[in-house]
Amino acid sequence: MRYLPLTPDDRTAMLAAIGAKSVDDLFVDVPEAARRDGVVDLPRVMGELEVERALKRMAGKNTVAGDVPFFCGAGAYRHHVPATVDHIIQRSEFLTSYTPYQPEIAQGTLQYLYEFQTQVANLTGMPVANASLYDGSTAMAEGVLMATRVTRRNKAVISGGVHPHYVAATETVVHAMGVETQVLAPAVDGEAEVIGQIGPDTACVVVQTPNIFGTATDVSKIAEAAQAAGALLIVVVTEAASMGLLKSPGEMGADIVAAEGQSIGNALNFGGPYVGLFATRDKLVRQTPGRYCGETVDAEGRRGFVLTLSTREQHIRRDKATSNICTNSGLCTLAFSVHMSLLGETGLRRLALLNHEKAVATRDAVAAVPGVEVLTPRFFNEFAVRLPSDATEVVDQLAERGILAGVPYGRLNPGAGMEDVLLIAATETTTDDDISALKSALAEVL
Amino acid sequence: MSTMNTVGRPTTPNAVSEKPATLTGARGLLQDEALIFESDGWGKTGVDLPEPKTDGGDLGDLVRADPIGLPGLSEPEAMRHYVRLSQKNHAIDLAVYPLGSCTMKHNPRLNEKMARLPGFSDIHPLQPQSTVQGALELMDSLSHWLTTLTGMPAVALSPKAGAHGELCGLMAIRAAHRAAGHGLRSDNPRNKVLVPTSAHGTNPATAAFVGYQVVEVKQTDDGRVDVADLASKLGDDVAAIMVTNPNTCGLFERDILEISRLTHEAGAYFYCDGANFNAIVGRVRPGDLGVDAMHINLHKTFSTPHGGGGPGAGPVVLSEALAPFAPAPWVVGGKDGFRLIEREEGDAAQAFGRLCAFQGQMGMYVRALSYMMSHGSDGLRQVAEDAVLNANYIKARLSDVMSAAFPNGPCMHEALFDDTWLKGTDVTTLDFAKAMIDEGFHPMTMYFPLVVHGAMLIEPTETESKAELDRFIAAMRALAGAAKAGDVDRFKGAPFHAPMRRLDETRAARSPVLRWTAPEGTNRAA
Repeated sequence: MRYLPLTPDDRTAMLAAIGAKSVDDLFVDVPEAARRDGVVDLPRVMGELEVERALKRMAGKNTVAGDVPFFCGAGAYRHHVPATVDHIIQRSEFLTSYTPYQPEIAQGTLQYLYEFQTQVANLTGMPVANASLYDGSTAMAEGVLMATRVTRRNKAVISGGVHPHYVAATETVVHAMGVETQVLAPAVDGEAEVIGQIGPDTACVVVQTPNIFGTATDVSKIAEAAQAAGALLIVVVTEAASMGLLKSPGEMGADIVAAEGQSIGNALNFGGPYVGLFATRDKLVRQTPGRYCGETVDAEGRRGFVLTLSTREQHIRRDKATSNICTNSGLCTLAFSVHMSLLGETGLRRLALLNHEKAVATRDAVAAVPGVEVLTPRFFNEFAVRLPSDATEVVDQLAERGILAGVPYGRLNPGAGMEDVLLIAATETTTDDDISALKSALAEVL
Repeated sequence: MSTMNTVGRPTTPNAVSEKPATLTGARGLLQDEALIFESDGWGKTGVDLPEPKTDGGDLGDLVRADPIGLPGLSEPEAMRHYVRLSQKNHAIDLAVYPLGSCTMKHNPRLNEKMARLPGFSDIHPLQPQSTVQGALELMDSLSHWLTTLTGMPAVALSPKAGAHGELCGLMAIRAAHRAAGHGLRSDNPRNKVLVPTSAHGTNPATAAFVGYQVVEVKQTDDGRVDVADLASKLGDDVAAIMVTNPNTCGLFERDILEISRLTHEAGAYFYCDGANFNAIVGRVRPGDLGVDAMHINLHKTFSTPHGGGGPGAGPVVLSEALAPFAPAPWVVGGKDGFRLIEREEGDAAQAFGRLCAFQGQMGMYVRALSYMMSHGSDGLRQVAEDAVLNANYIKARLSDVMSAAFPNGPCMHEALFDDTWLKGTDVTTLDFAKAMIDEGFHPMTMYFPLVVHGAMLIEPTETESKAELDRFIAAMRALAGAAKAGDVDRFKGAPFHAPMRRLDETRAARSPVLRWTAPEGTNRAA
């Protein structure tokens, strides 16, 4: 087997050094009833060529986003990632290193984490960001739990504009902790409706901008209302590129930002791995989950970086930790950071404007199709439309015509009475031809 | 006097002189690399994009007006920045990375290539299911390998890391108790989870996270769970036990069948921390040990890259009793192909909810399946055998100069030493670890597990050759000799030859500086 360096002679010599007759002697502690003599019933060793063939066969059954007119978003966005990004994240020293617990030989990882934290803090407009969480949805769950620790209150008010998967992932975890949630009915432009629900037991309100329907909202008034009532405002962002055009959550008064960073540097990957961005105010840092990288000096006084504030974390605090999380999204944070470094502010703003431009063009095109009603009043790169029939059926019909037309809202939140709503996203990768194809195909099936 | 060639160029080195500090802070090829924020790239970009036709004016006040504070780099500058940084990292591709409990094995590049096939990397999680049948087939196939190797009937793929898998397992257990009428209620609370003192920190953290009270179980002198202590703490207030097997001392729990029997008799479930599955894959099936739930770190046993701290993946295999409670989404196969059940309905009506958006770590599923298929059932069995052989070889070759924590009997995939042998040398486990860096090796896991004083936990994995192990052993023996010979300076100040000297972690924690800020008087954002 090509990954196993020991030869039969090596094994014999090593067993002799150990004083064992056979490798079975090393497994004597396994109860006899649980020992298995033969190999399990699975295929035997395969060469690279055979594995490639088998996996390419599976990959070949999928419709590749880049091969067709493509308009899916709803929390995962297809952007162009510069070739440099994938090259750098495959450097052995990044790909095959562990968590930087030995900072003297991990400054590469630590410095990019420090740069990443600064990029995320500035992008979100917040004073401080951690070294990432698993993804946006788990970041939201962690944000809600953190808010209950900070406020010592027990209820989260969640806008109906928050991604339904994020709501489900959050409720699953926080309900187990005994935290109550109140989720408002879905509304295309209803983030501010949370204001009326804030009470003395509210730990946090959670809003999303742009929300699941694409609507961008100035949440300043929500922040004021939440904070006046002693609650925290958590702002969810599922499209990180939007912050290159829209006011940042920090500027609008957010206490916690829980965002998905996939858009920058990371492929669609059928939903993972992604990278959760988590940013907050300075004074709340010690209540946050996850890792931080901080600046310090070495024995010669030279600037260096280390993982820090670990007294919040599970390997030190065990059952008193702020979270059980034991990792971050390492390589995905690197991909984010490299892509963001290449873009810079100039590139990010331009990228964001191009996204908006393509989405506006797409909106104008589909709005002209009889029967299509555009619902979203203000958006970045995604908007919702109401169709005259079931959106899932329309999407399936368009898929048969080789067009991935978007995400039916009903797939995310069935039973909400919005089965006719379709979420349509465009990015800088969308072409005029893609838009025309969508328009004419929609006109055909409606 | 050096020898010259015909144009007067010296061809032999000068005599060795004192090493002067460099004038720039660089150390030979190692550059002292500034932060991107300290470059002059505030107006620069390394991505050529067309000029937008809109200025976002239609969005009015929503448009971000103030500077964001993101420097840009041209492509060559970016390449240099990150390659320079990379050279300050240790990596498996450089030398043995013997972190116990972390399973730092070779990461085959085939897996990277497969994960980047556009048919896997460039597909959207919410495309119509008819357009992602190959992706669902891959998930189904991975499930088949994982359930077959573990002898368990079901698997929840979506947990994003080991700790997330623990959360998944405990949530399933909680849901099962609740379905049986044993919620976290006062009449039949089952509000406790038993965890041995040697457990990973994530175990008690997860149990507490889900609302359980953590009760520690003692350990015997030979490094195993104290079954009598466990039995005395089991009762109708216990929801589950969390036991790592092989355990964090690198030992197989000999009484594992008794442990699971007692647990089930008490009406509790057996959660197994599968971090150390690498030691037994292909030789022992956790399902045969009475395990009800076990997470599998795909980034350990199945070699998806650690990537400097993630992304991981932590699928959880489940027993018959717990399978109905697995979180959404589920992949189910039928005559019309594969289908995703995305919420608590149909077959998944009892699912305890959802752990994350979408389907989990698809990119890791591809890599893990590529790894498993490459090895096959025979190769995977060989993985466990070689991993255990390598660890026992290290233990055998170092036990005369260091003190094995549990000298009697074989270890599994990792060899645990304590610091008894350092007594009187004034060298600590930390000092010893830092001196290993100077010799070109990443230190072993230190001060874990907590049950062994000054622990040094060495896990070589199966992908080390005998020659590399011998090189490692020789270095360890030389260092042990130096420590005992009173060469304390070599250890106290170590590392001397790494990119950085020892870093001040106390200072970092006391007054945290967690981001770059523009120096006063400059005009950069934030």
